[in-house]
Amino acid sequence: MTSPLVCVFDYGFGNVRSATRALEHVGARVVLTSDRTVAENAEGLVVPGVGAFEAVMTGLKEARGDQIVGRRLSGGRPVLGICVGMQVMFERGVEHGVESEGLDQWPGTVERLQTSVVPNMGWATVETPEHTALFRGIEDERFYFVHSYGARTFPLGTTEDTGRFAAPLVTWSTAGGDADADRFVAAVENGPLTATQFHPEKSGEAGLQLLRNWVATL
Amino acid sequence: MGVAVRLIPCLDVDAGRVVKGVNFENLRDAGDPVELAATYGAAGADEVTFLDVTASVDGRDTTYDVVGRTADTVFVPLTVGGGVRAPEDVDRLLRAGADKVGVNTAAIERPELISEIAHRFGSQVLVLSVDARRCGPDTVTDSGYEVTTHGGKKGTGIDAVEWARRGAELGAGEILLNSMDADGTTDGFDLEMIRAVRAVVDVPLIASGGAGTVQHFVEAAQAGADAVLAASVFHFGTLTIQEVKDAMREAGIEVR
Repeated sequence: MTSPLVCVFDYGFGNVRSATRALEHVGARVVLTSDRTVAENAEGLVVPGVGAFEAVMTGLKEARGDQIVGRRLSGGRPVLGICVGMQVMFERGVEHGVESEGLDQWPGTVERLQTSVVPNMGWATVETPEHTALFRGIEDERFYFVHSYGARTFPLGTTEDTGRFAAPLVTWSTAGGDADADRFVAAVENGPLTATQFHPEKSGEAGLQLLRNWVATL
Repeated sequence: MGVAVRLIPCLDVDAGRVVKGVNFENLRDAGDPVELAATYGAAGADEVTFLDVTASVDGRDTTYDVVGRTADTVFVPLTVGGGVRAPEDVDRLLRAGADKVGVNTAAIERPELISEIAHRFGSQVLVLSVDARRCGPDTVTDSGYEVTTHGGKKGTGIDAVEWARRGAELGAGEILLNSMDADGTTDGFDLEMIRAVRAVVDVPLIASGGAGTVQHFVEAAQAGADAVLAASVFHFGTLTIQEVKDAMREAGIEVR
């Protein structure tokens, strides 16, 4: 069996070098490109992202990343969004009072974290859901976060898992301490669409295991 | 449960080699920053910082290569400081594989640099490094601390606490507060200064300078530091990352 081909979408936003090396490290074949055909057809697509929501969305659209993600997901082909690459999967983002449209794969708003020290920077624990595949074996590990904005609610999939359609599996994390804790979405597993607010490619062994878990599904 | 207090070993790198000796057993080459970063990563370092002390342009190219090779093998965040004067320098370091970039002197000369970098790359990439000392008899600032340049040799008369506050306001995502008085003494961090800066900035604060015992790290965290950076105590094996973390955990501080 050949290892799966993963396209790291190269549209100018994100530490693509680390993501590429980490995926190679866990056994994927990796292509770093914004070529539409490759991005649409690879077994996995990684959408990295750092910086401002609006700038990332503009960059994605210029590279037709919105269409590529849409086509992949409608065909059930796996996509992994990382950091702002996760945030843009939501309906909208609000930064500095400016509202921008996201890719709208999930309802909800990405907004500024409500805690005293922002950016939320460092290694935090996560609250994983039952039946998580992404966090299998690393449920109690810490992951590296660096972000000032987050999805503080997840309005989709509150109904029971019917067996035909699995409800999204949402992993939460918390910024701030006891006095000013703010809970936000740390990861989502939703059919072909997976995303993490933290950086698995910067989360040491635990992060590599998470990528290994994702690559194993391709 | 929030984020853990980070422990950050710092390596001085000159033209691709670690300077200011590192004394480790089981290293093939104690001068290779890539190997050292990997060692620290495996030992539980939460981040690694390279301080590029290279003067020559050719030497800087070597630094980019070192940063790249480190990012290829060490999967924890890497910060690179030293010699960053323009957004283009940041761009190059990020492309090479750095996650964050430290800015110091150039921002003192031209504070707009902070906003320019933050706008283009986001605040999260920018660490404002503040080398501060207590004011001598000839200098007066509101806080009693002043910003220095040239490794603490030259005073600027700028209030260090106010500068940290302004840096965060201009867009720095983190403040690296280095006490030039405590640096190298192993007598402990300047806790008063950490408290003073903590009181005025709401971005993460990294304390640096003076670490000698595990208790010093505990004190820095209790004074409000979100991360603690140290060099020689780790390089010479006086303390291991794990020993420091154990002491912090025992003191009730969250660590990874």
